Amino acid sequence: MENHSTAYTLADLTVGSIGQVVSVELNGLLRRRILDLGLVPGTPVQCIRKSPAGNPVAYRIRGTLIALRSDDARLIKVYARGN
Amino acid sequence: MRNKASYGQYLKEFFGINVNPHQSVIALAGNPNVGKSTVFNALTGLRQHTGNWAGKTVCNMQGNFVYKHKSFLLVDLPGTYSLLAHTLEEEIARDFICFGRPDITLVVLDATCLERNLNLALQILEITGRVVLCVNLLDEAEKKKIYIDIPELETELGVPVVGTAARKGEGLENLLEALYRMVMGASSTEPRQIIYSQEVEEAIQQLMPEIQFLVGDQLNPRWVALRLLDSDRSFIERISFYLSYRQSYFPSTPEVAIW
Repeated sequence: MENHSTAYTLADLTVGSIGQVVSVELNGLLRRRILDLGLVPGTPVQCIRKSPAGNPVAYRIRGTLIALRSDDARLIKVYARGN
Repeated sequence: MRNKASYGQYLKEFFGINVNPHQSVIALAGNPNVGKSTVFNALTGLRQHTGNWAGKTVCNMQGNFVYKHKSFLLVDLPGTYSLLAHTLEEEIARDFICFGRPDITLVVLDATCLERNLNLALQILEITGRVVLCVNLLDEAEKKKIYIDIPELETELGVPVVGTAARKGEGLENLLEALYRMVMGASSTEPRQIIYSQEVEEAIQQLMPEIQFLVGDQLNPRWVALRLLDSDRSFIERISFYLSYRQSYFPSTPEVAIW
């Protein structure tokens, strides 16, 4: 599972699993906003729950719960770190 | 030196703030939900706090207090995570900190998630060194077994840092003293500056002389250089807007060219 060469995105994390941010491939103001929330490379992120339709998804980032659209989560690359 | 009477007129016209000539102006900034309003109410003795900064109402939450015969005007800014992402709240907070020229910007931080809060604090320290940091919710943090080394934080950031649990009234006396000392010129600051990559630093150095010439001492030239490198057009427009209007209030300001 700890294969770092495999590219995951935040959207691929299953509920309860933790990823570590590799890169944020968003642009413009949304990128700025995501970075301001502390979602920078190296940050551990845990997927907390998914809404019934699978969108949005709640993540725990630096002690705060934040909901992201899955379209945006797909542009944030992570390593899987297990639970 | 700013002319007290015309400064008051300027604040009233652009920010809707009523300041008396002898008052020191303190801007209150911080992330959402850090107890900013609790600090505001505790300092001013005001109770009601509803609908801060809704829509385009630029500034209405203001309150006065007196400490050691010195009168202060506290201006509550909208809670923001940043000053760079251009939501309306952020622009209001940024414009007041940059162009309202408060005597002090008081930044309230949440002790339970200090790391995330420091993002805003560091951005403000890039704009001005006249900053007092208030690490609030120390009681909440203690419950989570989080202890903050206030003196170390002060050394690292180079500005006064005060720990508070505003809800319980703890630390407020120290906070008042820190504000008082700063307006009296009794505290020296050396705000922590972020050093960027060599490429960026070189670009800043290239831009600085020209910026210094254009904005004088009205704005921190390093901050302006960073926004230019960000190609932050809306901010550049704000600079032209405020500084050109300020000509009429502060005739000594050098003429600002079209950007």
